[in-house]
Amino acid sequence: MTCSEFLAQLDDLIDDHVTATMRADLEEHLSGCDHCVVTLSTTRKTIEIYRKHELYTLPDTMRERLQKAILDRCKKC
Amino acid sequence: MSTIQTQGTEEVQPEEVHPDVALVNRAREGDTAAYEKLVRQYDRQIFRIAQHITQNREDAEDVMQDAFLKAYEKLDQFQGNSKFYTWLVRIAVNESLMRLRKRRTGKMVSIDEDVETEEGSMPRDLADWSPDPEAQYGQSEMADILRKTIQGLPPGFRVVFVLRDVDGLSTEETAESLGLSIPAVKSRLLRARLQLRERLSRYFRKNGKDGAK
Repeated sequence: MTCSEFLAQLDDLIDDHVTATMRADLEEHLSGCDHCVVTLSTTRKTIEIYRKHELYTLPDTMRERLQKAILDRCKKC
Repeated sequence: MSTIQTQGTEEVQPEEVHPDVALVNRAREGDTAAYEKLVRQYDRQIFRIAQHITQNREDAEDVMQDAFLKAYEKLDQFQGNSKFYTWLVRIAVNESLMRLRKRRTGKMVSIDEDVETEEGSMPRDLADWSPDPEAQYGQSEMADILRKTIQGLPPGFRVVFVLRDVDGLSTEETAESLGLSIPAVKSRLLRARLQLRERLSRYFRKNGKDGAK
């Protein structure tokens, strides 16, 4: 398996959507390719970091104001 | 090799009735308290999606209001063969793109914009990251890095990444929300993940900060 072929399966591997045979092929490639090991681990870490950090929060006071505005408008429909 | 993560939400089988459907049915009959529950359940996610697309807080507030209002007005059109949330996201994405278009004085803006770039199709930065990259930065500095990095992606990549990896929608739900094919979602997700990884490497690689800020 080449690095390009590995990369084509990267998302399915991360999302756990690969067959047992494909997983074995991917693991075999990883055992001899440090570059793809790094790509896999840092891509996973990228996803984990973005999940963990809430970048755009809605403060409670603003949230309540917006909810009220939405429901007031709905009641007028 | 470490364990492989499982992502995405559980798929709802066609014969199962999603709890939101009962709330939608009550709201259709004029029960605003039922609709209020739906608003409270999804407002944060809708705000986040709108902010990621528009990159403007005021616009995101307006989009959130308009999306929930439009959804309420169109409840009769909700078929129930998709999740209410997926249907709501589609409305919010369209509203967000309209806002973006207004900001750009009428220039066409679509979810397909700038997706033809070749960037990110092959990793270039192959340096490993430090074991705990987040420890190098304070909380607000970290948030600035993540915001700046994701804002650099084309909108069509950004929104796919947010829906799939942050919101946890399945590939099928993401495709339905954005009106894209499943292969298009998969292609964009891979490139979004790789581009973000590449850009974050400048901050998180071993040997510390390299002045990429």
